Amino acid sequence: MTTLVEVQDIRKSFGAVNAVDGVSLEIDQGQFFSLLGPSGCGKTTLLRLIAGFERPSSGHLLIDNKPMDDVEPNLRPTNMVFQNYAIFPHLNVEQNVAYGLRKKSISKIEKEEMINQVLELVGLSGLNQRSANALSGGQKQRVALARALILKPKVLLLDEPLSALDKKLREQMQLELRHLQRAVGITFILVTHDQEEALTMSDKVAVMFDGKVEQVASPRELYERPASQRVASFIGAMNFINGTVIEAKDEIRINSEIKGELTISRSQVFGDLTKNRIIIGIRPERISIISDGSSVAGSISGRITDASYFGETTYYKVACGKESETLTVSAQNSSGQMDYKIGEKVELNIDIKSLVGFFG
Amino acid sequence: MARSTKYLKIFAYTYLIFLYAPALLLPLFSFNASQIIAFPLTGFTTNWFENLLYQETLHEALKNSLIVAVSSSILATTLGVLASRSATRYDFTGKQISLTFILAPLVLPEIIVGVSLLIVLIQLGLPLNLWSVVLGHTLLIMPFSILIMNSAFNNLDISLEEASMDLGENQFGTFYRVILPLVFPGIMASLLIGFTLSLDEFIIAFFLTGTDTTLPVYIWAQFRFPKKLPTTMALGTVLLVVSLILLSLSEYFRRRAANSQNSVL
Repeated sequence: MTTLVEVQDIRKSFGAVNAVDGVSLEIDQGQFFSLLGPSGCGKTTLLRLIAGFERPSSGHLLIDNKPMDDVEPNLRPTNMVFQNYAIFPHLNVEQNVAYGLRKKSISKIEKEEMINQVLELVGLSGLNQRSANALSGGQKQRVALARALILKPKVLLLDEPLSALDKKLREQMQLELRHLQRAVGITFILVTHDQEEALTMSDKVAVMFDGKVEQVASPRELYERPASQRVASFIGAMNFINGTVIEAKDEIRINSEIKGELTISRSQVFGDLTKNRIIIGIRPERISIISDGSSVAGSISGRITDASYFGETTYYKVACGKESETLTVSAQNSSGQMDYKIGEKVELNIDIKSLVGFFG
Repeated sequence: MARSTKYLKIFAYTYLIFLYAPALLLPLFSFNASQIIAFPLTGFTTNWFENLLYQETLHEALKNSLIVAVSSSILATTLGVLASRSATRYDFTGKQISLTFILAPLVLPEIIVGVSLLIVLIQLGLPLNLWSVVLGHTLLIMPFSILIMNSAFNNLDISLEEASMDLGENQFGTFYRVILPLVFPGIMASLLIGFTLSLDEFIIAFFLTGTDTTLPVYIWAQFRFPKKLPTTMALGTVLLVVSLILLSLSEYFRRRAANSQNSVL
């Protein structure tokens, strides 16, 4: 894999605010890369820096090994799909799609062919003459995609492109975008605050907080091995248990709340190993409720205090020992799964291998 | 509730009658057969309108007025577009104060503006002709032009400009292909309202015109001749109708400027 986009220690400040605070990234050719983070974390600013709408206060940007520091947005090999789509309201679909072709020396017939091809690619065949104002949100999204893709950019930038769509359409577009990216082979950089979106679509995700990148990893790694408590709680749900380290060698022995003494491998922990305090994280689906209620070795007794039904899964809050020490447990509502009542006593089994530990 | 709306209605109608009834007398008497402007009406005639066709000085004044109205509305709109564009898109020191000064003619008495301009032009040794009227009218129209263009530019979504740049257009191409078409209804509104204002304007034209009179100044001069009064009223009627048409058109464009962009998002 060759690196296509290189962000080198870029900073961008607006007055006293450091929107992007020393970010370095390498994005590979053909990758679906996501910038994920809460609003105000600087992800959109970073995208706009790559597009050229903002100039970095310091640091450099290279695309395809060429420095972009003095290149205007109209001369960069990037195209952008805007959050509100930015479809030209005075032009029809075809004119919107062909907007960027004016300066390219291609024949009219060729142009038409390109337009029809790209419209087919995004699923808008035959809507060439439709006025921009007559398009639905999903269609505008597709026009914005077509308009960018027809120019065959090296990098396609997407600024929260799905946030304005309803849930059903959003999920459909997630799949379509993913397929589209594979089909055209163009590097996509997606900005999103929706962790589910980032996980389902991306090859690689950079999680940002306060202008800094906290972790860059594949979706699976991000979910199963989050590098910090912040990342862990931003991506999916996670239970956190306080613990103190008894011994830290190849394996780490911990005395924890709820679970008592336990041992995890060194690859499961992040942070400064010399610290004494550790926070243990466990995903709700990595805790199982032993269905016949019998206690097995290492199981934890608890009492169900709350149950939220989500269709395919049910989330239970289980008080273990003290009322304050509560674990969230999710259970798949597959056939044969018990329906537990509030107040019911249950036994929990924690999958020790999927624990993660954060020193701090 | 119902009662207060009733009084409100009465008030509104009284107001409208008070405002427009005098103006309606103009067409009424311009079709009246008698030379004397008084009730009762004596009969229907279109003579006074026909008379208009044979007044050479009137035609000269009309031509002058058209020159002034077209020039000053174009000048004011061009300047208005530039000023609004910078006011809505960029931040710079002195922005607010310069806007305030540009808008000041809205509230300054025209006679003061007229006299001041006259003094300045004479002190500078510049001749008084149609072009001095054009300058005066441009000053007068600018506030309207800026207010109209400001709302047109404010409705313009900045991401459209960025999208254009992103798709390979430079600043100029973006202005020509995206910004201009989208604010075009605003430009039309500004041109039409500027044209109408200039066409009807008397005080500044009276001060600044040399020997070339504009239409309102011509009308003013005609009042010295009682015999010509019905013809002048006919002319007034024509001006009234033309102004109403132009203002309606301008309002149509102004609304289109607001709508065409709001429906996008």
